[in-house]
Amino acid sequence: MTTEAKGKLLGVIGDHDTVVGFMLGGIGEINHARKPNYFIVEKSTVDQEIEATFNAFCARDDIAIILINQHIAERIRRAVDQYTQLRHSSVAVLEIPSKEAPYDPSKDSILNRARGLYNPEDFR
Amino acid sequence: MSGGGGKDRIAVFPSRMAQTLMKTRLKGAQKGHSLLKKKADALNLRFRDILKKIVENKVLMGEVMKEAAFSLAEAKFTAGDFSHTVIQNVSQAQYRVRMKKENVVGVLLPVFDAYQDGPDAYDLTGLGKGGANIARLKKNYNKAIELLVELATLQTCFITLDEAIKVTNRRVNAIEHVIIPRIENTLTYIVTELDEMEREEFFRMKKIQANKKKLKEQEAAQRALEGPPKEEAGGTHSENQPPRNLLAVEEDNLPVLFN
Repeated sequence: MTTEAKGKLLGVIGDHDTVVGFMLGGIGEINHARKPNYFIVEKSTVDQEIEATFNAFCARDDIAIILINQHIAERIRRAVDQYTQLRHSSVAVLEIPSKEAPYDPSKDSILNRARGLYNPEDFR
Repeated sequence: MSGGGGKDRIAVFPSRMAQTLMKTRLKGAQKGHSLLKKKADALNLRFRDILKKIVENKVLMGEVMKEAAFSLAEAKFTAGDFSHTVIQNVSQAQYRVRMKKENVVGVLLPVFDAYQDGPDAYDLTGLGKGGANIARLKKNYNKAIELLVELATLQTCFITLDEAIKVTNRRVNAIEHVIIPRIENTLTYIVTELDEMEREEFFRMKKIQANKKKLKEQEAAQRALEGPPKEEAGGTHSENQPPRNLLAVEEDNLPVLFN
């Protein structure tokens, strides 16, 4: 595959506006297998579909970063947390705010982990 | 430290050699402990740094994304709904990331590096109307992408470092609370055993001495009963007498060591 030489992609899972914005930013790509690196979550999209897409993006070796809207990440929180707990995860999952839902740091799986590390007993 | 009461120790025979061996091992363990401690400190330093940056960037991200979303709404207002054209025209990514590795005290941290190449696929979008707004929208989202890539780097570093710190701390604690006490217990055990052996040896010597003394007294009493000695005590050692037996029990044969 030529993607190695070309560098890796960013994947986007989000609502319509977020995806359109990032496509305009220039991260969209449809590969030879006609598989896009984005996924638009419509009102009718069910959680299983999101989770399947998320897992598919995580498994792809040409994606380095996955951007996911926080309110969507919240719907598949279990899968996201499970993936970020993995030690050798090569994909970075980033939760981004969306137009409707402002960013809530307390729900971020990374910041939650960071808060756990603020314990005095861990920082000796 | 010695809470184990000498129970938890390595099975060795208490000898001088084992003692030397244990001393070397203790030194090695202490050295390893201090080195690991240093490593943990270096990792922690980096970790705190990254944590601070993550919190900063997450807040910044909120603002940038808000601005980007707002400019999208602006562009939509002026240029109409162009979202379907955008989605339809996706072909090749313009923004890509390169993966690099950074080494922090033996821990490899991934670093994402965003770069731009290839033509802008949407240079014709908004040609009819709202071109300026769409240009601003693109710029805002480019900014957001760069920020998010940086944030992704920080986040991945965070996870990797977190894991590395946990492992290092576990090792430090294992050496501090298990390995070093065990070696120390073994050393105390060896020392007490060696002391015990020495005391036994000392007691044995004393006993032999006492036995010899008793034997001598009995002999003296025997001689006194037999009658006065034929020769006088002083100055009678003449040449015809056989040389003194050094091994025989005699008056001056006191042990040199224990008197």
